[in-house]
Amino acid sequence: MAEATLHVFRGDASGGDLKEYKVPLEEGMVVLDAIHHIQGHQAPDLAVRWNCKAAKCGSCSAEVNGKPKLLCKTRMDALPLDAPIVVQPMKTFPVVKDLVTDVKWNYEVNKKIAPFTPKKNAEWRWKQEDIDRVQEFRKCIECFLCQNVCHVLRSHGRTDAFAGPRFLVRVAGLEMHPMDSLNRTKYLKDDAGIGFCNITKCCTEVCPEEITITDNAIIPLKERVVDDHYDPVRKLFRLMAGKKED
Amino acid sequence: MTPDRFETHDVDVLVIGAGGAGLRAAIEASAQGARVGVVCKSLLGKAHTVMAEGGVAAALGHVDPNDSWKVHFKDTMLGGKMLNNWRMAQLHAQEAPDRVRELEHWGAVFDRTQDGRILQRNFGGHSSPRLAHVGDRTGLEMIRTLQDHGVHQGIEVYMECTVTQLQMDGNRVVGAFAYWRETGRFVTFRAKAVVLATGGVGKAYKITSNSWEYTADGHALALRAGAELIDMEFVQFHPTGMVWPPGVQGLLVTEAVRGEGGTLCNKDGERFMKRYDPKRMELSTRDMVARAIYTEVKEGRGSPHGGAYLDISHKQAEVVKKKLPSMYHQFLDFANIDITKGPMEVGPTVHYIMGGVRVDADSGAATVPGLFAAGESSGGMHGANRLGGNSLSDLLVFGRRAGAGAAAYAAKAPAHATLDPAQVSSAERELLAPFERASGPDPYSIHRKLQDSMQSLVGIFRTAEDLERGIEAVAALRREAKAVRVEGSRAFNPGWHLARDLDNMLLISEAIARCALQRKESRGAHARLDYPNLDPSLGGVNSVATMDGEEVRVAQSPLPPMPDELRSLFEPETAGVKG
Repeated sequence: MAEATLHVFRGDASGGDLKEYKVPLEEGMVVLDAIHHIQGHQAPDLAVRWNCKAAKCGSCSAEVNGKPKLLCKTRMDALPLDAPIVVQPMKTFPVVKDLVTDVKWNYEVNKKIAPFTPKKNAEWRWKQEDIDRVQEFRKCIECFLCQNVCHVLRSHGRTDAFAGPRFLVRVAGLEMHPMDSLNRTKYLKDDAGIGFCNITKCCTEVCPEEITITDNAIIPLKERVVDDHYDPVRKLFRLMAGKKED
Repeated sequence: MTPDRFETHDVDVLVIGAGGAGLRAAIEASAQGARVGVVCKSLLGKAHTVMAEGGVAAALGHVDPNDSWKVHFKDTMLGGKMLNNWRMAQLHAQEAPDRVRELEHWGAVFDRTQDGRILQRNFGGHSSPRLAHVGDRTGLEMIRTLQDHGVHQGIEVYMECTVTQLQMDGNRVVGAFAYWRETGRFVTFRAKAVVLATGGVGKAYKITSNSWEYTADGHALALRAGAELIDMEFVQFHPTGMVWPPGVQGLLVTEAVRGEGGTLCNKDGERFMKRYDPKRMELSTRDMVARAIYTEVKEGRGSPHGGAYLDISHKQAEVVKKKLPSMYHQFLDFANIDITKGPMEVGPTVHYIMGGVRVDADSGAATVPGLFAAGESSGGMHGANRLGGNSLSDLLVFGRRAGAGAAAYAAKAPAHATLDPAQVSSAERELLAPFERASGPDPYSIHRKLQDSMQSLVGIFRTAEDLERGIEAVAALRREAKAVRVEGSRAFNPGWHLARDLDNMLLISEAIARCALQRKESRGAHARLDYPNLDPSLGGVNSVATMDGEEVRVAQSPLPPMPDELRSLFEPETAGVKG
C-alpha cells in the first residue's frame, strides 16, 4: 500500500521539533485522517483540535507545508507526496501542545464588540437581496485562519491594537444588518484598529468559507469610518439621509 | 485530602455542554438572575449544533398559512410512532415559533420569503413547509447567534473543560468534577443545579455523522447519579450520509437536499421509495428512508460504494448553489463530485439518539433533585423517531425551559454544599489510574472494537441473537477498559481523554443494547427482524434504564396518558399505530 510521510510538530510552549510519521494512503484521504491515523496507531497523545470533520466548525486550523489550512479540508492527493508533508500549528497564536494553539485572545476581542441592537418598533421584513451580504459574513466558522495570516497580527504581533479580519467581518455583519440600530465606527477606529489593515487581502485568500473579507467587509467599513470621523461633509449627508449615529 | 486542593468555582446553575440546548439554557438561567457557568469540551461555538444543516421546525405559517401548532404536534407524534411524551411534543409545537422569532431578534438572519418574512422549507414527515433555515447552515447561524447573545450576559464559559463526575450530597446533585483539556489539571464546581446538554452518543458507532464529542457523557453522568434514562433503543440512522471516500464515510448530507426536490434512485435508476412509502416518497420519515436505502443495498441494488443515488442535478445549478452551498462544496472538495451535474452516493449514518434522561416536560427536571437535562441528552420529546428540523427547535424550547427550571430550583436551594472529599478523591483516582498502569490495552483499539460491535450487532436491523452478542461484546470491552493504559503527559492528551470518554460510551452502549433486546417489536427507528411488526401493547410503554451497582437494569413504565382534546386530533390515523 502506498504511504505518505508526514513531519508533524511535536512540542509545547517551551519548544519542540518536527517528528516523522508514515501513514498508509487511502483514496480521498485528508490530512486530518493522517493525523488521526498517527494518533490511533503511533502517538496516542498527539494533540490536535477537530470536531465536525466537514469544514463547518473551524477547529482543525493549522499550517500544511507552510500554508494556513483546515486539516479536514486538505486532501492528501492535492499535496506533493514525493516530499514529507509538514504539519505545524498556526504561527500567530501561542503553542499549547503539538498542533493546538491558544486562541483565547479571539474570544476576548469578540466580547468587546457592541452586540446586535435592533431598532425599536420596526417591522421585521426585508428582501433576500438586502441580507445576502450579511449572510456572507455570517458564514464565518471562526477557524481564525484569517487572523493567523494577517501580517498585522502574524508579523507585527499587534493583538493589543488590532481586532483582526475575523472581527471586522463580525462588525460588518452587524453594521449591515437591516435591523441594527448602532453605529460602531468609533469602535472600529479606536479599538478595533481598522486603520492597521492595508488591504493586502491575505485574509480573503485563506478563508475556507470564501468570504470576500477585504472587499466586502473591511473596505466598506473603512469608508464608513472615514465618512464619520474624517469627512464632515459626508457625515452630514449620512445624517440627513437618516443613517445611524453613535 | 480536602477538595479545595483544586481550583473551585461556585455557580448557581452549571450547564454542561455549549451546543444549542446548553447555550439557550444558560441564557435563560442568566436572564432569571442566576449566576451561570457553562462547561464545554471544545472551544465555544464548535459544538455539534454547527453541523445541523436543514433548518429549525416551527409552525410559523409563512409559506403555508394553514400550518399550526396542532398540525406540527400531530406530525411529531405520528413521526415518533406515538411514543413521544405528549406534553413535550405539545410545548415544543406551541413554543417553537416564538423561539425562532426570538432568535431573529437576537440577530439571526434567516432566508426570506418573497414578502420578506422568514422562509420555510419542506422536510420529511412535516405536512407543511415548516423549516426556517439559512441555506444549509442553519445550525451555525443558531449557535453563533446564541454565543454572541450569551457572552454579553455575563455567563462564564469554561472552554475545553470536561466534566467526569457529578458530585452528590445524598441523592442531590451539588456540583461536578472536571479537568482542563489544556493542562490536565482538575477543577471542581459547586452548583445548586446542573443542566446536562451534552448531546448524543454517535461515537459509539463506526459510521456516524457525529464528532468526537458525542460520547454519551450526559447520559452516563445522569445514570451514575441515579437518574433514569428512557427509550435508549431508539437510535436514529440518518438516511443520507456520505459513503465515499472512506475518510468522510458517515458525514451528513442534509435532508434539505430532498426537501428541495432531490430524488433517491437505486443502481437500476428506479425511484425505490415508491415501494416503501408511495405517498411521501423521498420525504418519508428518516426511519423509513434509512431502512429503504439499507434494504436496496442489501438486496444488490446499491451504488458502486454501497449506497443509493441522491440527485438534485435536475434543479438549476444556481439554485442548488444558493440553497445547498455547503453540500455543493462538501461533495466537490471531498468526493470530486459536482452535485449540480450528477448524483451523490449516500447511505445511512448514525445521527441522533431519541432516548435520554427522563425529564419533567415543563421544567426539564430529571428524576434526581438538582439535575436537569435538555436537547439530545434528554428523552421523550421525539418518541421512536425524530423528524428532521425538530431537533433545533427542541434545543431552543427545552433549553430555555431547563434553564428556567434550573434557575428556579437554584433560587430555592440551600447554600452550596461542601463537596464530599471521598467522592472527589475517587473521581481523581479514576482519571489518573490509566497513567499508572505499566501495561494494558490502548483506548483507541478498544474504541474501534466498540464501534464495530455496535455497528454490526446493535445497528439498523436487530435480532435477539445479535443483541445478546452485542451485550456480551460490550461487557467484555467494559472489563478490558478497566485496564486501559495511556501514554504521555496530562497536557492536551487525546488518548487520555478517549480513555475517559470510553467509560461513558461503553456504559450507554450497554443501555442501548439492553433496551433494544427488551423491546420485542419494530417501531420507528427500532427495527427487529425477529419481531417485524408493531405490537400495540408496547405502544404504551417507555423503556427505562437505571444503574444498579455497576450493572445497567432495564424495565418498562407506562406512558403518561394524553388528554382527550389532544388524543382526538389523531382519529383515525392511530388505528394502526397504537392500541
